[in-house]
Amino acid sequence: MAEIKRHDNRLGLWGWLGGGRWGLERYAYILHRVTGLGILLYFLIHIFVTNLRFRGIYLWVEGSFFDKPIFKVGEYLVFVAFAYHALNGIRLVLVELGVAVGKPIEPVYPYKTSLTVQRPLLIVMMLLAAIVVAAGGYEFLGLTR
Amino acid sequence: MRETRYWTWHMAAGVVIFFLLGLHMLIMHTGGITGWFSPNGGSAVSKANSLARDRMLFFTVTYILLLGTALYHGLYGLRTILFELTLKPAVEKAISLILLIVGLGLFGLGTWAAVGTHALALAGGRG
Amino acid sequence: MPGEAAREVRFHVTRYNPERDAAPYVQTFTVPVREGMTVLDGLHYIKENLDASLVWRYSCRMGVCGSCGMLLNGRPMLACNTQILHIAGTDLTVGPLPNFDIIRDLVPDLVPMFQKHLSLNPFIVREDDEELNDPAGEFYQSPQQLEEYLQFTYCIKCGLCMAGCPTLATDARFLGPMPLTSAQRYNSDTRDGGRGLRREQAGSPHGAFRCHYAGECSHVCPKGVDPAKAIQHLKRSLVLDYLHLARKRQPCEKMHGPGQGQPLANIAAPPARTV
Repeated sequence: MAEIKRHDNRLGLWGWLGGGRWGLERYAYILHRVTGLGILLYFLIHIFVTNLRFRGIYLWVEGSFFDKPIFKVGEYLVFVAFAYHALNGIRLVLVELGVAVGKPIEPVYPYKTSLTVQRPLLIVMMLLAAIVVAAGGYEFLGLTR
Repeated sequence: MRETRYWTWHMAAGVVIFFLLGLHMLIMHTGGITGWFSPNGGSAVSKANSLARDRMLFFTVTYILLLGTALYHGLYGLRTILFELTLKPAVEKAISLILLIVGLGLFGLGTWAAVGTHALALAGGRG
Repeated sequence: MPGEAAREVRFHVTRYNPERDAAPYVQTFTVPVREGMTVLDGLHYIKENLDASLVWRYSCRMGVCGSCGMLLNGRPMLACNTQILHIAGTDLTVGPLPNFDIIRDLVPDLVPMFQKHLSLNPFIVREDDEELNDPAGEFYQSPQQLEEYLQFTYCIKCGLCMAGCPTLATDARFLGPMPLTSAQRYNSDTRDGGRGLRREQAGSPHGAFRCHYAGECSHVCPKGVDPAKAIQHLKRSLVLDYLHLARKRQPCEKMHGPGQGQPLANIAAPPARTV
């Protein structure tokens, strides 16, 4: 018998981003991924730029190459990404090591899942991230000078 | 078991980075408020303050530790994302190899610069 | 209610005939809907009155068999367990479960999921073959020991979790929530001794560590199995095994001869109920 033709119905990258009515953790997941890639890109450039100080080149001090508003904004975005990635990351360490998801329970309708168990942790971490982002914004706006 | 090993260290590296990068961010971006590790005052990233930190062994050691853990955490994270794209096994192997070379290369480069700058800053300090 | 006026709902149904169509397309049917009608009832109406060629898979009609998983208004759900008016006003999209190949219309190919399931040895593994083949006693488990895995046994293998999983959207080799939950179900069963056997596969490059707790599987599970929870516990056990920090556990023994029916001394007292 000939092989039956099938249509591949995998969602692809769109499936990472959403494509339906998803829960809060789904957005936390994709944001973690995007911020991680952003920080990595910055970090790789950062290694080269900071290494130049070995040759006495300081590209970030006043009046040099990176002392421009666009780079300052970019740097602040990296700071925001770090605040989110770090605090959400701590939640993920606790969740993925089975600490913050609760023990198995008897499923009785309406079902309670581990999502609701770890949700307060997610909210606390996001509040902390918001505080860190605001504090960083205070510095980046130059209000401390 | 190999992936378990990689992932366990990915988590452990994440926790180390949380503290080290947290400290780094605190010094670099709240210098104007706290003045921590910025003995010359003003911006934490000024040349004088950068040199002052480079003179301290603590910073040289933590820079190298942060460099290593962050490279591992970041490049393993990138590998995870790439591996979720259903690539051919040969491509996956090539990616692992490239990331390993890039990681080790950058770690070597960064360590060399951190140690060199420390020595240079100390020499400059003495001179 | 009988006699109540029906409301018209447009069903936007994905159609695909592998012998004729290059790609799936959407066909719209208007269905008169009364309160209490399930999506499955709506599909039956279409097949009986509008287009007899519509194909889907179903069996029990009561959320037990796990055959009629579909993407309803963009969300994986069981067609038999979902009332039309609970999720739709005037329009309802009905598609096959994503992340599976489509065989025809609304029928997904679940075979790869079952193959992944099988690769994790989803059964009690013990070394006492003779006893297994010719049982002379029975196992005892405390309610506490039962509760360690009971939640995960409610899985009906409908594949909704696999359809919601973002990793499976791109990674065809990822084992997925259902098989990994099953692995954890057997790993945490006191009768089982197969944790070491499942370790290699569960901790493979496309195993448990490709789960990043997007939580979608637990969100869509129609039986409250909470696969996301099971997978995190599985990761924990893999990490503990790697670090040699896991408590050594032997599969529980059978009780033989006189005294059966009496609780064993080493079985813990029943815990307070969790629900």
